[in-house]
Parts: sequence; C-alpha cells; structure tokens
Amino acid sequence: MPLFSAYQRACPMNKMQKALRELGEMDDLAARQSPIHSLSPTAKLLTTIAYIAVVVSFGKYQLSGLIVMVLWPVLLFQISGIPVGLCFYKLRIVLPLVMAVGLFNPLFDRAPMLYLGSLPVSGGAFSMLTLMLKGVLCLMASFLLMATTPIDSLCASLRRLHVPGLLVTLLLLTYRYVGVMTEELAVMTDAYHLRAPGQRGIHVSAWGSFLGQLLLRSMDRAQELYGSMLLRGYHDHFHYALMKPFTVRDGAYAAGCIAAFLLLRLVPAARLLGSLFVR
Amino acid sequence: MIEFQHVNFAYEPGRPVIADLSFRIEDGEAVGLIGANGAGKSTVMKLLLGLLQGEGKILVDGRPVNRDSLGEIRRKLGFVLQNSDNQMFMPTVYEDMMFAPLNYGLSREEAERRVDGVLERLGLTELKHRHNHRISGGEKRMAAIATILAMEPEAVLMDEPTSALDPYNRRIVINTIRSLPQTKLITSHDLDMILDTCQRVILMSKGEIVADGPAGVILRDRALLEAQRMELPLSLSGGQAGR
Repeated sequence: MPLFSAYQRACPMNKMQKALRELGEMDDLAARQSPIHSLSPTAKLLTTIAYIAVVVSFGKYQLSGLIVMVLWPVLLFQISGIPVGLCFYKLRIVLPLVMAVGLFNPLFDRAPMLYLGSLPVSGGAFSMLTLMLKGVLCLMASFLLMATTPIDSLCASLRRLHVPGLLVTLLLLTYRYVGVMTEELAVMTDAYHLRAPGQRGIHVSAWGSFLGQLLLRSMDRAQELYGSMLLRGYHDHFHYALMKPFTVRDGAYAAGCIAAFLLLRLVPAARLLGSLFVR
Repeated sequence: MIEFQHVNFAYEPGRPVIADLSFRIEDGEAVGLIGANGAGKSTVMKLLLGLLQGEGKILVDGRPVNRDSLGEIRRKLGFVLQNSDNQMFMPTVYEDMMFAPLNYGLSREEAERRVDGVLERLGLTELKHRHNHRISGGEKRMAAIATILAMEPEAVLMDEPTSALDPYNRRIVINTIRSLPQTKLITSHDLDMILDTCQRVILMSKGEIVADGPAGVILRDRALLEAQRMELPLSLSGGQAGR
C-alpha cells in the first residue's frame, strides 16, 4: 500500500494548494486575447469605477433601473470569452456575504409596495433584492477587471491615476507574495496533517503557533525582499515596465461606456421598455 | 576590486561573527567563499553590500562602502540571493528584469533592449512574460541571475546559487556562472560547483579566514576541509567523501 494513501484519501488536495491553483487561473484568464483584454488597463479601470459608482447610486427601491445595469457585465462576458459560471465559482465565498447584507430588510420594512397578482411584495423585499443585485453587479465588474487585466498593468494604471505609490506597491507585492505565503502555509499544513492523522483541519491549540510561524517567516521574507529591492536601486519609487499607452480607441471605449451608464442611470429604460408592452 | 581591511562585525555585543577579516579580490577574479554553517559567509556578503555595517574598512574600486557611496557601489555589485522568491518580487520575469535598469535611469527602450539581450544570451527568451510564481525552481534561479545581469554589474555576488536544484538545472547554472566575465564572489556548500567555477577559494571559520588560495589546492586538502566540518568535493573524493 502506498505510504501516503490514508492521508491522500483524507485530503486529496490541500486547500492552500487549491487556492494557489485558483490564483494561477486568474493569471491565465488575464493573459487571454480578446478585444476587452487588448484595451488599456486605465480605460478598463475607469469604466469599472464608473460602473460601480453608478450601480451604488441607485436608490433602495430602484430595482427595475438596476436590472438594466446587468447588460454591461453580460456584454463583457460575451466579448472577452470569460465564462460566467467561472465568475460565480470564484466568488462563491464572497457572494453569500454580499447576499446576506439585505437579508433582514423584509423584517423591518413590511409595507407592501406592489402586488404580483394578489401577492403583496413589501418594500423590504424590494430593498433586499436591490442590495443583493448591487453587490453581485459590483463583484462581477471587479472580477471582469481582474480577469481581463494582468495585475502589473492594473497597478501601472493606478499609478497613472495618481493613486498613492505606497498603496499600489503594497497591492502589487501582496499579490506576488500571497502565492508564496500560501505555498508556505500549504507546506506547514501538510507537515501538520502528516503528524496528526485522522484529524480534520488544524486543532485550535495549534492556531497560535501556526500564525506566529507564518508571521515570523513573513517578516524574514519582507526584510530580505526589501534588501533585494534596495540592491537594485529602489528609492521609494516604483517604475512600472508595462505601461500600455492610452489610445483614442481606449478613450472612446471609456467615454462610451461611462455615457451609457449615466444614460441608464438617468433614463428609466426598464420602465420605458415595459410601457411599450403594458398600457 | 573588492577589499576588506580588518573588518569586525557582531550581531550581539561580545559575540563576533566576523573577526578582523582582511582579503582582496582583483577585477575579473572568481572567488569561492566556503565554510561550515555559521562561518560568516553570508554576513561578508551583506557587509560588502552595505546591508550591514561593521567596523573596519570595506572598499569597492577604492571607494569605502558607506551611506554616501551605497548607491554607486550597489550599482556595481549584483547580488543573487539564495531564495529566488525573495529576489523575484515583481509579478513577471520581464518586469523583474526591468526593475533595476529603470531605477538606474535607463529609458524604457534601452532597458528593454538590455533585458532582451540578457534573456537571449541565457536562452531564457520564453520566460520573458511568465509569472514568477508559476515557473519552476530551476527557471526561477536562472531568471534571478538574469535580473542581476540586466543591471550590467561589474561584479556578481551569489549566495548558494545551486542549492535545491536538480542536476540538470545545476549544470545550467554552473555553465552560466562560468560564462560570466565579471568578478565573482560565490558562497556555497556545493564544493564541486566552486571547483568548477572559481579559481580561488577563501575558507572561513567562526568569522575568520582559515585558508585562502587556489581552489585546486584548498579543495584537495582533505585534512583542512575535515577540520572545518567539510568534505572533499565528490569529483575529487572518488566516492570516498565522508568515510
């Protein structure tokens, strides 16, 4: 019988390794070729920010207006070739949290707002659905940005938009080292499980030393990393090699999208469309 | 030219890690710095690069290593870390290689030309746009060397360049080191690699130099090496190392 069979049956793939693989999948998505991928990251960043701002600006009962905003992510999914299912799979941990935000609204706001046949729909139910949809749309927009833009280009764009250098550098290094630290955590978890057969997860008594070890390792690594940066001429200023130029095409894309978002925000498109059919 | 003149260093008072260390490395020399764990090899590197400050004088091309000269000296010395993950902090190999040239004021085009040249010379062109966290250990080590060569340093310092590499990748790294025209200072426990790449060896123990001379002589001295908790390189021991 193979040496690790019992352990492998218990945990076919370390959760950390799985997370690491998923991180790699995001890089693969961002490296694909499509009209959306080829756009300047700055244009994509601007449109995503504008989209989120417009989505968030809808009132708590403006569900019909908000539904039209679904069009943009749907279009992007189609053009970029990113599978919608993958988006929901990747966001499976955050989505329930977002969905939970408005869960109690129906309890507090019970006044009926409309009737579906004879069934009253309360304001609370409306606001709950609106909040949920807002959360989902914002997450989808962020996912699409990450899935069509490499992180380095994204950071370069953030700098171009004058986001403080320290924050951007932190974001870049965090992304780079999340993988490395996850790898270390995976090795530590494996080492633990190999000496704690049959145990599910890590016992609470070991959490402290686990986190302590990880912190110490992170600090060592940070120190060496900073040394390495200094030795290659770092002076508090990061130079980004991948600065994609912002072309007329990118400008047109950003302007077109932002104009469309504003139009959808100001014109009740869903209601107008509905009035064509219902008199 | 690199020169240590009576250098002392201690992490804790009363426990010297480097004690009255003096040596000189001429331009173009390839020197192996060897010794058991805790001998002070890595500390020597850090002192030379100004990451640590000790007593005594350290000179690079006649200029003392101090706060005022650090920028210029670090530009001359390229340091390849033992752990490539700590060296390759940018998302892709290309960005990592561009980091130093851009920091040193090269234009984007000039830096890119330099990066492409190094990648081609080392046969790593296909790694250019790969993500650092998705390349193998051997590729990462070669890419780490490439990031340093993109600086066009006058001297290359390496800390355990062949550790944790399989024989194939180890051979690639050794051949690369051999092909470098720069002055080289390499610390390692891989004595076969030192024998292959260095003409001169400095053997350290407890922060002091125990022996300094031609690699072919020191690495053949079984008694000397064993006294320092080391063994003859496998290629010289005829399979008798450690017996």
